[in-house]
Amino acid sequence: MATIDETRTAEGSEETPKYKVIGTRPIRHDGSDKVTGRALYGADIKVKGMIFGAVLRSPHAHANIKSIDTSKAEAFPGVRAVVTSADLPEPGDKIAELGEGAVVLNHLSSNNLARTKVLYKGHAVAAVAADNLHIAQEAASLIEVEYEVLPPVMNVLKAMEDDAPVLNPDVRTEEASTGETGDKPSNIAKHIVFEKGDLEKGFADAKYVVEREFRTSTVHQGYIEPHVATVLWNNDGQITVWTPTQGTFSVRSQMAELLHVPLARVKVVPAEIGGGFGGKISVYLAPAAAVLSRKAGVPVQIVMDRADVLQATGPTPGSFIRIKMGVDADGRLTAAEAWMAYEAGGYPGSPIGAGAMCVFSCYDIPNGRVEGYDVCVNKPRTNAYRAPGATNAAFATETVVDELCEQMGMSPLEFRLLNASKEGTRRIDGVTYPRIGLVETLEAIKNSEHYNTPLTGENQGRGIGSGFWFNAGLKSAVTATVNSDGSVGLLEGSTDIGGSRTAIAMQFAEAIGLAAEDIKPAVVDTDSVGYTDVTGGSRVTYATGWAAYEAAQDLKRQIVSRAAELWEVDPDLVSYEDGSVIGPDKSMTFKEIAIELSLGGEPLVGRGVSNHNEPGGAFGTHLVDVEVDPDTGKVDILRYTAAQDCGTAIHPAYVEGQIQGGAVQGIGWGLNEEYWYDEAGSMRNANFLDYRIPTCYDLPMIDPIIVEVPNPGHPYGVRGVGEVPIVPPPAALEAAIYDAVGVRMYELPMSPPRVLHELLKKES
Amino acid sequence: MAKKRIVTATVNGREEEFLCQPRQTLLEVLRNTLGLTGAKEGCSNGNCGACSVVIDGKAVNTCMVLAVEAEGANIETIEGLAPVDGLDPLQEAFLENAALQCGICTPGFIMSAKAFLDENPNPTEEEIRFSMAGNLCRCTGYDKIVRAIQQAAETRCAQSASCEKETV
Repeated sequence: MATIDETRTAEGSEETPKYKVIGTRPIRHDGSDKVTGRALYGADIKVKGMIFGAVLRSPHAHANIKSIDTSKAEAFPGVRAVVTSADLPEPGDKIAELGEGAVVLNHLSSNNLARTKVLYKGHAVAAVAADNLHIAQEAASLIEVEYEVLPPVMNVLKAMEDDAPVLNPDVRTEEASTGETGDKPSNIAKHIVFEKGDLEKGFADAKYVVEREFRTSTVHQGYIEPHVATVLWNNDGQITVWTPTQGTFSVRSQMAELLHVPLARVKVVPAEIGGGFGGKISVYLAPAAAVLSRKAGVPVQIVMDRADVLQATGPTPGSFIRIKMGVDADGRLTAAEAWMAYEAGGYPGSPIGAGAMCVFSCYDIPNGRVEGYDVCVNKPRTNAYRAPGATNAAFATETVVDELCEQMGMSPLEFRLLNASKEGTRRIDGVTYPRIGLVETLEAIKNSEHYNTPLTGENQGRGIGSGFWFNAGLKSAVTATVNSDGSVGLLEGSTDIGGSRTAIAMQFAEAIGLAAEDIKPAVVDTDSVGYTDVTGGSRVTYATGWAAYEAAQDLKRQIVSRAAELWEVDPDLVSYEDGSVIGPDKSMTFKEIAIELSLGGEPLVGRGVSNHNEPGGAFGTHLVDVEVDPDTGKVDILRYTAAQDCGTAIHPAYVEGQIQGGAVQGIGWGLNEEYWYDEAGSMRNANFLDYRIPTCYDLPMIDPIIVEVPNPGHPYGVRGVGEVPIVPPPAALEAAIYDAVGVRMYELPMSPPRVLHELLKKES
Repeated sequence: MAKKRIVTATVNGREEEFLCQPRQTLLEVLRNTLGLTGAKEGCSNGNCGACSVVIDGKAVNTCMVLAVEAEGANIETIEGLAPVDGLDPLQEAFLENAALQCGICTPGFIMSAKAFLDENPNPTEEEIRFSMAGNLCRCTGYDKIVRAIQQAAETRCAQSASCEKETV
């Protein structure tokens, strides 16, 4: 593991580190609870008097619901309540902002409990609450649903055909640039076009042009903890939701909108969250649990099983992408064109917008056109998955780049250095980059021991790929409460999915001049902290860290003013530096002044909020060596190095962990993972054995290289880390497979049967 | 519904007697009857290892064991691993190596690793990866988990004399 940290000390002296806390590796504050089994995740929450729910799900991928008869379930001994969509308020045609972009409430409500149609196998139709889970499951199976089965639409291109069965009668094609919508129902929910320069001229200037078509399969986030919701609808109308979620406030908004209750009547208590990666933002169980609780008069807990998680939550889309790129005689890109269709699942909302912005994000391209389509198909409604939309796009673009390099006889790394996006590069969708660190990640790979170690074995190959993600800012709030002994509690609204409590506490500690261990961070419920957006978009370390920084500034101002009062001196003569308040003839450490102030006057509470949107954007470049078994098509990874610009690494161990974990998710996506559907639209591998995520035996160590090009838009230069590393792996693997055995793979996953198929085709 | 049975087993060194239905898994009983929620339910069919505990010295997926089968068994769960005043070397190593992100797989990993290191105190990286392949982690990419188990093996070896380096 190597760290490029020359930029860290850029502003200070070359010898002394710029920070005292930032860049160190303290034990995470919640660590002990998590290694002793004490931490309470969603299904560990036991609320007094709670009963258990089970959901009846559609066996069909596409059908009209003709009738639902719940009478037998209701009569089953031990059953306490049964609900269908009739128990949720009519959503009308409202579109609401729910912390994850605008949502058509009718779609969200129908996704929780189907109204008139089921749009994918596993779509929730009804729910039962009973004395125990076994009774609830038995009773759910007694609910009689009459379906009119319709032909399933399982492929994005087929769904776009004029005569394709239409999933949603209320969906019309929206032209993104004008906001105008089409006049007839369509599976195409949105059409996006971005243009820059003169495409025709660009291709005319090119000496080499490559155009290819790519297909990617639906894949799932694969968090180990299934979705859970425990809800009490109290007699006074107050609703409490205990759930593992990436956004307590987003759950609160969704519940308020779906149940037609005021926000203040919903309290969301975050359980520890067992992975999310974008998939634990939408509600799937809480609305049904809420109306079951209202009927039963006691708290109701519903837990999904693994098949439900795969079939009925929000995976990331399968896609069809066509890429054409042109390069001049000097190896400079002259033009690029993309045509991208993403599967939204049953309801609109694929990440096509992000995909279309990301598709050429790594390159400085003078002339370009990107066209994107959001298309409904009979698969679960897709949701965010780590850099949503970007991985599909990068696989296509980077593979075309690799082919161009081969035609030119140019090193893929030198090509990228020549054409890389940098400060001032204008993306095809119009955004001009601020200071970014793509070139630095390329240089880090170029200088790595891995890159400079030749690969010589038979059927072995090396590949490189780069990737981009925007990162996000949005809103965060933090409250710092100073105790009478000088210790500090930090209340946060950002649920901690991978060590963010510590990354936030470290920024607060740095700002106030304390040690990370002096701070006790707590993730609290929606009644106990200010509004905080989701743990997503790689935003928490950036934005909630910034709020913590502001809380520290607020405390420092209060301490200075009150110390001046205490010492009876002019506040202008008092300052706060390096963990101490300093007056003309006196100084006290934070702890001393905190104890002193606790003896008289108001309590010391710091308030920090942030809503900054300069997360800076981040890039990664990955290098992989593979060996392909020519008899089976199986790809083994021999060595993997991932360089990423994270701005400033607050806690380097967790930054490395994000890079390693993201890379491995990308490896799974690239080599193995896919939703396998039969002709009836039924997923045939809805379990972890057959939807096989990587195990530790499939992998070598993943060597991260942390590159630090500080983000000028953050007090400590943070950019955010989590999403970028999933983007490059499929493309880097494709290039490595080609280098190893000379076959190009245009479809994900590059699983043994597909690789073998290409090898046999090449032989014959 | 079949009648409930009384089952007696040793759980974390104490003899426990519990009632269960024949259809209940050991995982369900550990979590819901005995209140030991450290073992997690990730898949209910033996694929993810999040419910791993050690039974009679072997790492076992408790979602694949019926509670009635535990009669007379010696069950060790994550709740019983740490000494009162500290942590087990495996727990320490997971913290020091940042070998967890969300942490849901951690109890299962630690218990599987305990059974594994009890049998093979001085493993190679390959042996660790092979033996831990039944425990899934989606956050870490396994790198830091493997390193944590390597470190724990070293610590355990240093603490006991019974750790001769095997020569092949």
